Amino acid sequence: MNVLDFVNAFFSDSAQWHGYDGIPQRLLEHVQYTLMALGIAAAIGLPVGLLTGHTGRGGNAVAFVATAARALPSFGLLVLIAVVVGIGLLPVMIPLVVLAIPPILVTTYEAVRSVDPAPVDAARGMGMHEPDILLRVELPVALPLVLSGLRSAAIQVVSTATIAAYVSLGGIGRYIIDGLYQRDYEKVVGGATLVALLALATLAVFWAAERLAVSPGVRRR
Amino acid sequence: MIRIDSVTKRYPDGTVAVDRLSLEIPDRSITVLVGPSGCGKTTTLRMINRMIEPTEGTISLNGADLQQQPVTTLRRSMGYVIQNAGLFQHRTILDNIATVPRMIGWGRRKSRERAAELMERVGLDASLAKRYPYQLSGGQQQRVGVARALAADPPVLLMDEPFSAVDPVVRKGLQDELLRIQDELGKTIVFVTHDIDEAIKLGSTVAVMRTGGRLAQFAPPAELLSNPVDDFVEDFLGADRGIRRLSFFASEGLELTTDPVVRVDATAEQLAAPDAPYLLVTDAEGRPLGWAEPGDLTAGDIVAEGLLPYGRPFVPGADSLRAALDCAVLSPTGWAVAVDAGGRVTGVVSQQAVGEAIRAAHSAADTGDARAVGPADIAKVAP
Repeated sequence: MNVLDFVNAFFSDSAQWHGYDGIPQRLLEHVQYTLMALGIAAAIGLPVGLLTGHTGRGGNAVAFVATAARALPSFGLLVLIAVVVGIGLLPVMIPLVVLAIPPILVTTYEAVRSVDPAPVDAARGMGMHEPDILLRVELPVALPLVLSGLRSAAIQVVSTATIAAYVSLGGIGRYIIDGLYQRDYEKVVGGATLVALLALATLAVFWAAERLAVSPGVRRR
Repeated sequence: MIRIDSVTKRYPDGTVAVDRLSLEIPDRSITVLVGPSGCGKTTTLRMINRMIEPTEGTISLNGADLQQQPVTTLRRSMGYVIQNAGLFQHRTILDNIATVPRMIGWGRRKSRERAAELMERVGLDASLAKRYPYQLSGGQQQRVGVARALAADPPVLLMDEPFSAVDPVVRKGLQDELLRIQDELGKTIVFVTHDIDEAIKLGSTVAVMRTGGRLAQFAPPAELLSNPVDDFVEDFLGADRGIRRLSFFASEGLELTTDPVVRVDATAEQLAAPDAPYLLVTDAEGRPLGWAEPGDLTAGDIVAEGLLPYGRPFVPGADSLRAALDCAVLSPTGWAVAVDAGGRVTGVVSQQAVGEAIRAAHSAADTGDARAVGPADIAKVAP
């Protein structure tokens, strides 16, 4: 049997489409973990990145935090926290959030830093308040880069959220972990395929968001 | 009036950008700050809208200390134009111009109407309203920058090297446009440049600053050209300040003669009459055709192709003495041709006569006869 046969067998089994272990349920769980982790990471990374980028202060701290966070292995963190606080959502969320913050934080910081200083000077000189300068002058121009940071974070979280299954939670990781345990390679390959498809769907969502949110004057077309 | 009173800007590392500067910037006219890089001209400008705070001294507007006003209120009462325009690339041209009206609470509709009105005033085609900055040329972007600064009708306009980044032809167009707008609106304009020619062309008063942030001379351009206060100012003005000063003298006083002027259909008697080394031949309507020596002309058989070129004519009243002198120097006969607005010859004048007029204008200026050098009325005669 080759990989395509595994995939075909997995998706054509009607039992996969129903119930608590069905594909719709597992997809939903996976998307929920992803959105939650991404939401928390963005709630931390975006404001910190925007403020440090705007003021130009704290750039070294941003770089240090990002590098340190990238050095932490997600799986190791998961096991460590599970041992400390027990099984649940927390040991899953912490490694995912730690994984998602560096790309969001660093790209947002760099995006705001790289905005042409002339319009910012003009805005300040015409009496615009600082929060407006950040949100109405810098952010719209920095938006394509900010979105690209969110996108790489989202892709990494989508693929890494499979570890939730290791601490008895759901998500697409369920198929991979159970499949490996049961030596059911059809399940493993099917789960991996679902993760890949979800990553592609994430790319599509970000492509659409960029089309909608970024001004034609910034996209230059 | 903006009053700068012994203002010093010293940075924490000890660098002095502006050193005990005092200036009184008159209302409703263009005051230019000019000087080499590092002379503190931009720092001075940015202290007026408090983008930079002075270390010592005070700046006041109509008697009120700027330090006592909320900084955003102050800035909203002063238009601000910078080099490269600094447009918001995510906003359309119309919305760029409408920025300050929107900020001070005008409705969207009213702000956009006002923006459209300003586009027309600065010479931008209405079809550009929905474009984005990247779709405009550098000169057009700078016009948008000026329109944006004027949008809320501030009494004061601060301009920081606004035309430095465009090519000379576009720059001249922008300068002429600024003078025209200023004629209509009468703003109090503070204009920073490193280009002395721009300073002399635009300024009613020019402050020449020297490295170290000190004022070298503060005077109307004609006075600057005739009486530079020291070697630094003289060097900065350049080698041909004598010629450039002539831009400030009117050419009306020149004594024109029509003796050597003949029409293309002149009779032999008319051709023989003048006692002049050269004759200027005009067509039947009086437009110049060219010069010739009297002996080379045959009545009834004068062809334009055989004549010497007459160079570029000048218009007495509209052109300056500098233009008249230029015409006389360019003319192969040494005589300048004067024409009226319709291009018809009103007379000719020799280099000697122009030279005498220059001497007369100089002595009139030196004895304080303001007729020839009044900065406000004649200062803007195009060179």
